[in-house]
Amino acid sequence: MTDEELIAETSEGPQELQDLDDTSPEELAIEQGSAMRLPEGLVLDPGDIDVEFGSDETMIINMGPQHPSTHGVLRIMLELEGETVMRSKPIIGYLHTGMEKTGEQLTYVQGATNVTRMDYLSPLHNELVYSLAVEALLGIEIPRRATWIRMLMTELNRIASHVMWMATNGMDLASTSMMIYGFRDREMILSFFEKTTGLRMNHDYIRPGGVAADLPDGWEDDVTAIIDTIPGRVDEYDGMLTGQPIFKQRTEGVGIISPELAIAMSATGPILRASGVAWDLRRDMPYLAYDEVDFDVIVGTVGDTYDRYAVRLNEIRESCKIVRQCIDKMPLGDYRAQDKKVTPPPRARIDESMEALIHHFKIFTRGFEVPDGEVYVAIESPRGELGCYMVSDGSNKPYRMHIRGPSFVNLQTLPPLLRGGLIADAIAVISSVDPVMGEVDR
Amino acid sequence: MGGTAFGRTPGDTALMGGVVSPGAELAGAGVIASSGALSQEVLHVTREGYLNVLVSLREGGFDMCADLCAVDYLRHLDRALPEGVVAERFEVVVNLVSIARHQRVRVRVQVPESDPVVSSLFHLYPGSENMEREAFDMYGVRFEGHPDLTRILMPDDWEGHPLRKDYSVGRVPVQFKEAPGPR
Repeated sequence: MTDEELIAETSEGPQELQDLDDTSPEELAIEQGSAMRLPEGLVLDPGDIDVEFGSDETMIINMGPQHPSTHGVLRIMLELEGETVMRSKPIIGYLHTGMEKTGEQLTYVQGATNVTRMDYLSPLHNELVYSLAVEALLGIEIPRRATWIRMLMTELNRIASHVMWMATNGMDLASTSMMIYGFRDREMILSFFEKTTGLRMNHDYIRPGGVAADLPDGWEDDVTAIIDTIPGRVDEYDGMLTGQPIFKQRTEGVGIISPELAIAMSATGPILRASGVAWDLRRDMPYLAYDEVDFDVIVGTVGDTYDRYAVRLNEIRESCKIVRQCIDKMPLGDYRAQDKKVTPPPRARIDESMEALIHHFKIFTRGFEVPDGEVYVAIESPRGELGCYMVSDGSNKPYRMHIRGPSFVNLQTLPPLLRGGLIADAIAVISSVDPVMGEVDR
Repeated sequence: MGGTAFGRTPGDTALMGGVVSPGAELAGAGVIASSGALSQEVLHVTREGYLNVLVSLREGGFDMCADLCAVDYLRHLDRALPEGVVAERFEVVVNLVSIARHQRVRVRVQVPESDPVVSSLFHLYPGSENMEREAFDMYGVRFEGHPDLTRILMPDDWEGHPLRKDYSVGRVPVQFKEAPGPR
């Protein structure tokens, strides 16, 4: 067999790369992974930017998962034409630890320890939504003081989370002083958390039935010191960033999302509010005692990165207002429900009563049974709607515990936000979405 | 004020009062039963009528798909469901929000184990994309019409669907290099 014959027999035709134009869209989808498509329908309007689909000029690069400005292990596939981002796709799962599955193996008492590790920047919100779901299934009422303690703590946590966001956002936009300041302020709140709950993060403080411990002596002074300091500091950051030309140029008009698109993409939290939709579960579907406190819902107009920054900045001020009202209105009373079924006996009783000891032991080993049912509870976390769908089959462990993580859902807005922008803007946009990968991957 | 009212202190009873129940409007169009247990509006729909019901809910003002997840009822195939609903192994649960009306509704659809397929909501609510991918990844429920139904949290070559009840904990060795498996 001659060389020519061999080639003719084994040839698969010309091997040069064809123009992408020659490839049918279906084939292209398989080749590049339909992954790289933008959501169609409402989301895709080919007229709004010039997308040259078949051009050979585009290049696909991976950003992350080790890129410092992806806030953890987020990987984004970017299709670039020159420096312009065309399509993109967030790829997640690098931090997946099966927390929903773990939640099914733990009793209701242990569960809060598990969920608190999801969104590590606002652990108390995770515990709150979990506890509210369990309490809804149990049908127990918690004392007013516990409700207000929960509100106080979650609002402080919101401040800590937003300040932390200001810090990392500043770092992404090359304002390193903001990073130092942000961490400094967050530490102040975390020290108070440590004093109250024993830990800086992952507190397991809010539990089904109330909270783990009462506020420490002198908490009013500590909290007052925090909320006397923070607004002044926020004004400082306002002066440092808000009018600053470099910061404005990097954020204004970058990553715009319309209110219709934000709603269609199920975006919640600051992303939705920055686009102009006044939707805040604290006001619109009040839980805890949010209908008894006075605060404003901060709304943007344009829906760009700058608006999302402004919304978060002002939400810190609103949270300070709520915390101040919590100090004034904090009721006296129990910090946990006196329901023998879910509440362990007081520590002092254990020393003198065998029954109390057994009771204590039973609650922390076997836990308590929760009646049949299913419930969906949602609260406003710093990142948006944090939901918990819980199914109970009457045993001492949840049959199904699903957490609707706001970051997980908000991450879908990245492709439309990044599209048409520069790759340098991608840093600002990713930061403004504020994904916490622990919650995205769960 | 409809929807959630959890963690409220005694005396708050502002629940579903005064809000038109979406179940009543949609009776017959694929909705088998509706219930208001725990003050939450729940609609049970047939698999065939699922998409139609969602279309009418969307037109009826439920403009955001807040959540979508699946549940595996392997150990409770004989669970109590409203009259007319045939229990199947899987259930897909969709939570919708009406921003204008401040209202929530939950749609539950039964999905049989032998043919775990339901229609995708992608063209109705583009935001359901990630959630449907997660439900597929974790339960193997397929969503017909989804543009990119691939694994989202687990590695692409993973076998099995981890949140199924017959997928036990610790069955799969943790994938560390050269580390011996647990068994």
